[in-house]
Amino acid sequence: MTQLHTATHPHEADAAALRAREALLPEVRALRVLGTEQAAGADPDLLLSFHRRLVTGRRFNEQVTTLTRQGMLAGYPSSTGQEACQIAAAQVLRPQDWLFPTYRDALAVVARDIDPLQVLGLMRGDWHNGYDPRETRTAPLCTPLATHLPHAAGLAHAARLAGDDVVALALTGDGGTSEGDFHEGLNFAAVQRAPVVFLVQNNGYAISVPLHKQSAAPSLAHKGVGYGMPSTLVDGNDVLAVHTALGAAVERARGGGGPTLVEALTYRIDAHTNADDSTRYRPDSEVERWRRRDPVLLLERELQERGLLDEAVREKAEAEADALAAMLRRRLGAPAGLDPMDLFEHVFAEPTSQLLEQRDMLSEELRLDASQGPAGGAHR
Amino acid sequence: MTRTSMGKALNTALRDALREDPAVHILGEDVGALGGVFRVTDGLAAEFGESRCADTPLAESGILGSAVGMAMYGLRPVVEMQFDAFAYPAFEQLVSHVARMRNRTRGRLPLPLTIRIPYGGAIGGVEHHSDSSEAYYMHTPGLQVVTPATVADAYGLLRAAIACDDPVVFLEPKSLYWSKADWSEDRPGEVPPPGRAVVRREGRSATLLTYGPALPMCLEAADAALADGRELEVVDLRSLVPFDDETVCASVRKTGRAIVVHEAAGFGGAGAEIAARVTERCFHRLEAPVLRVTGLDIPYPPPMLESHHLPNADRILDAVERLQWSDEPAGRTGERGRHAVDA
Ligand SMILES: Cc1ncc(C[n+]2csc(CCOP(=O)(O)OP(=O)(O)O)c2C)c(N)n1
Repeated sequence: MTQLHTATHPHEADAAALRAREALLPEVRALRVLGTEQAAGADPDLLLSFHRRLVTGRRFNEQVTTLTRQGMLAGYPSSTGQEACQIAAAQVLRPQDWLFPTYRDALAVVARDIDPLQVLGLMRGDWHNGYDPRETRTAPLCTPLATHLPHAAGLAHAARLAGDDVVALALTGDGGTSEGDFHEGLNFAAVQRAPVVFLVQNNGYAISVPLHKQSAAPSLAHKGVGYGMPSTLVDGNDVLAVHTALGAAVERARGGGGPTLVEALTYRIDAHTNADDSTRYRPDSEVERWRRRDPVLLLERELQERGLLDEAVREKAEAEADALAAMLRRRLGAPAGLDPMDLFEHVFAEPTSQLLEQRDMLSEELRLDASQGPAGGAHR
Repeated sequence: MTRTSMGKALNTALRDALREDPAVHILGEDVGALGGVFRVTDGLAAEFGESRCADTPLAESGILGSAVGMAMYGLRPVVEMQFDAFAYPAFEQLVSHVARMRNRTRGRLPLPLTIRIPYGGAIGGVEHHSDSSEAYYMHTPGLQVVTPATVADAYGLLRAAIACDDPVVFLEPKSLYWSKADWSEDRPGEVPPPGRAVVRREGRSATLLTYGPALPMCLEAADAALADGRELEVVDLRSLVPFDDETVCASVRKTGRAIVVHEAAGFGGAGAEIAARVTERCFHRLEAPVLRVTGLDIPYPPPMLESHHLPNADRILDAVERLQWSDEPAGRTGERGRHAVDA
């Protein structure tokens, strides 16, 4: 039923090395659904909702990138090209499930219907984390690589101990799979049969380092196999494939089947962040090749084939994207309205006497600044 | 002489070290084709090959642990940790092995390796990109800890670190990477002897003891203090371990007053150690308690609020006023009269 295409490590530079690795274990193929029989059975409403979300997600990435260039954010790691992973990740979770995102996964968090301004707080620089993790069941966007994976395993383990019907979905990049915490998190989850799903968004690069310098394994999915968990490989630009694989993994976790690793093959179209110069480490031709495998394009092809893509559908998606972009411009352009005294608020449950002293100092400084007008002190 | 940035001087130091000693190997994340996220290793992989300047898998503990093995086999690894807070996964290697290998093996297995860590804030970085981690390293016997504040020292101290037969944590102040000075690659100047502080500016009223990213604000404060008739001496420590008691105490004995200035949180920080040493050695020459001007005792704040956290010339000048002067303060312009700590 599921048609497997030969794929595939498109990030692999050296074909001979790949063949040698594949000799270790049978050939690795990535699941594709779009353009196959399996897609023909998919619910049209689901496909159309994916389309709207992909188009809006793309615009989110583009608008935030533009605003970053205009200096309204400290930085933004764009997920343009990876929207299918982001949207599918948000889609498979129920409200009680937890998401453990990285800095690149702002879009997945927004797609969980969390206020984009709260999600962008980290990148804007107004606070480290804007949304309420408990209320939203979403951990803070994690910057130190892979360090959140043991958290996901532990939370899922605790939920299972409590007898709660809760699944955790943890996201990481290809580079993150090299960190010790990736391995410790996976191993813990597997041993405890914790209801957690690990999604590796393999976008080919960890900043400048290509996959073949990151890992000599035939696939990153193999790493899950080593810890004793079912692991699958999917086309990360095929939103239905990611959705199918993650959906199955979440179901397994929910049914007591323990953790799963899903490796999604995708590509980061933009540079690592606005501070990165990607021309130093990858050719334009490679980016172009991946543009032709754009997740929005792949889905639109499917919709077209099934006669589901007309002007009205496009317009509706565009209108939603326009509205989101306008909202981002307006709200990110407005003053952040920060109170420096907040710096002392949440260091401890009860501030130490040293913090109270420093709070008085800052408060006095702010009072003097205000009384001296915008020019401030002589040396500021 | 050309205007050269600190980043470029560090790059030259690495290039010269690679040229002169085949045992020197650089390893880290993105140090190859990209030349490091701060471009400190720019062009080195192209010139010396990927084995001398190697992109590693993304794993700090693995990088530093591998460097230990390389050093055990006779190489002189220079490791780049991408940012201060991303060196923490390697802390186990650093504390449990790097710092004590010489001691554990009774001198049979010294580890000549250099760990470069960009540190400090004031660059508008998001969370985990602005930590000042020097106190963790200083507190671990067996690690040398140095940090340059000038372009020439960046070159000299890095050459000295790589030549050192003990592990050196080489802290690079991020906020100074782009600071420029007249400096010549052909005649890069002295390689400072290990553990020597340097007087950056002479004065007789009080001593500012500082290092790394806080040096410019101390020089600025010293300029401004002249208006009040206070001549501040500014000592750049350069090396936190070993610590130059001699230069520091000579200065404090001369001026009778001292303030330690650093970016890191004050509580349990480098300043606490320095203030204690100065007090122990210069007690009878002190006219006032040794004060500290530091970052707040909070986790490093988001970029929009970091200016409130970081020390600055104003806070230094306020501390100067608290040094128990017997004369009337000269009525400094812009006097702000903050007294957070009752000195
Ligand atoms: C522990 C740690 N080391 C280094 C970094 C610096 N860093 C940020 S992103 C990145 C590359 C990550 O690559 P990957 O895991 O593939 O994710 P991607 O950025 O491609 O989504 C690096 C090295 C970090 N954030 N955390």
